[in-house]
Amino acid sequence: MTPPSYSPAELMIINAARLLQNGDVVFVGVGQPNLACNLAKRTHAPDLVMIYEAGVIGAEPARLPLSIGDPTLVSGALSVVSMYDIFTNYLQRGNVDVGFLGGAQIDRFGNINATQIGPDYGRPKVRLPGSGGAQEIAAWANRCYIMTPHQKRRFPEKVDFMTSAGYLDGKGGREKAGLRGKGPVAVVTDLGILEPDETGELVLTALHPGKSVQEAIDNTGWTLKVAASPRTTPGVGRKELKILREDLDPAGIYLKAGS
Amino acid sequence: MKKLMPLSKAISENVQDGDTLYAAGFTHLIPFAAGHEIIRQHKHDLVLARATPDLIYDQLVAAGCARKVIFSYMGNPGVGSLRIVRAEIEAGRLDWEEYSHFGMISRLQAGAAGLPFMPMNQTAATDLERSNPLIRRVSDPYSGKEVVVVPALCPDVAIVHVQRADREGNAHLWGIVGEQKEVAFAAKRLILTAEEIVDQAIIRSDPNRTLIPGFIVSAVCHVPFASHPSYAQGYYDRDNDFYLKWDKISESSSAVRSYLDEWVYGVKDRGEYWKKLGPAVHRRLKVKPRPSAVVNYGAY
Repeated sequence: MTPPSYSPAELMIINAARLLQNGDVVFVGVGQPNLACNLAKRTHAPDLVMIYEAGVIGAEPARLPLSIGDPTLVSGALSVVSMYDIFTNYLQRGNVDVGFLGGAQIDRFGNINATQIGPDYGRPKVRLPGSGGAQEIAAWANRCYIMTPHQKRRFPEKVDFMTSAGYLDGKGGREKAGLRGKGPVAVVTDLGILEPDETGELVLTALHPGKSVQEAIDNTGWTLKVAASPRTTPGVGRKELKILREDLDPAGIYLKAGS
Repeated sequence: MKKLMPLSKAISENVQDGDTLYAAGFTHLIPFAAGHEIIRQHKHDLVLARATPDLIYDQLVAAGCARKVIFSYMGNPGVGSLRIVRAEIEAGRLDWEEYSHFGMISRLQAGAAGLPFMPMNQTAATDLERSNPLIRRVSDPYSGKEVVVVPALCPDVAIVHVQRADREGNAHLWGIVGEQKEVAFAAKRLILTAEEIVDQAIIRSDPNRTLIPGFIVSAVCHVPFASHPSYAQGYYDRDNDFYLKWDKISESSSAVRSYLDEWVYGVKDRGEYWKKLGPAVHRRLKVKPRPSAVVNYGAY
């Protein structure tokens, strides 16, 4: 049987889903992270607890949520709390295992920019949405995953503005600031997976089937280091695609992105 | 004191030009009807505070009501860019002040609790702290370590939409409760709009669901469907089609002008607006009931 065809978004979502462990408490974002979490819950991680920054704990959305505060997140959830509670009792206190992050720029040390393009804060060249919950999720979730298409402009050597901290300027930066979370432990792209080395620098540790090291190097804005023998991620499964396409996002709203 | 009044009166009596205004609701229960009434009354120089400015502030900014925004995430939720606020900021025509969600909510929590500021743990991402002089540090007097602090936010006026309230403003709300309670207690004046005005006996039947007590409310207004295109849990769905449509409308200032002419200036109130939306939209946004199990408080 020929391997199934899939979009770059589907490839990233499926690989991000595989990183989640059964029983994880996950701070979910709308869009692709939401699909990754719901896919994991329907495959290898049925006991995943999904938390949304709007204050919903243990959501079991019956339809695809189209905003972070979609009413489908509330009906049938375990609990709904205020935003102050979600950011204090849940996140700051250390009750969240996994956070998903994204941004316009991710740099060599996993720092993220979701605020603005251009060096001068008072005069943004391009104004982006800003932190939302990201600044604190990056600091206090036990571990963070980033999903992003692998493009040079998205992977600069240094972010224009640090909305959320990765490993700052290298080793020990997070510990010095007293952060409780481990930071961005994996960046899933449509070419492969980057993970921090012992200095906090993101290196290429895995490639998706059919992708090359050279492609990854060419699409990264710093001199990308490559692990001694990068692994190949397991092929995309028909079952995973079926759940995504038939159950979770039948209209293809988030699955078609990046095609 | 009679608090139940038409929305137009509540806005004219409680919203002054130059006020700092907080229209509450994290995606849910956004008080669009009140936003439109503020536009109709040509209020101006407002400082618009909201964690997520959303379409309501895009429209207020487009209508020339604002001089500044205070926010923590500026987007069209689930769709993309919040075009008008973004364009005004990029053009240098609109002043802004920015926090993370936690910073913004902590400001409200301090205001609600009557405290001067609120501490937060460090995040090591210090660019925002360097860009906003109101985000500061103090040392924890117990451990000596530094914590980040933000000042209390006490808006001159807040607007909160609820599912049901009595004539005195004792209010039940459920579903996503975002920052509504904190905003209500932090504000100097508080306008409530409600899907339903109910007998106080209904409120008293479920006191745990009362997030806002009437005695902190300045005005309460009966405004069904006040949140459209946002939603009211259990009453009507979010109109995602409109959120997508606004993405197109807000690309051109003439389309925005026509929208405001037709849907804000061109209607007298929310009743007329809802009727104008028509039966097809009403049907599309209808939700099937899913009641909770009954809670027994016991008769003592």
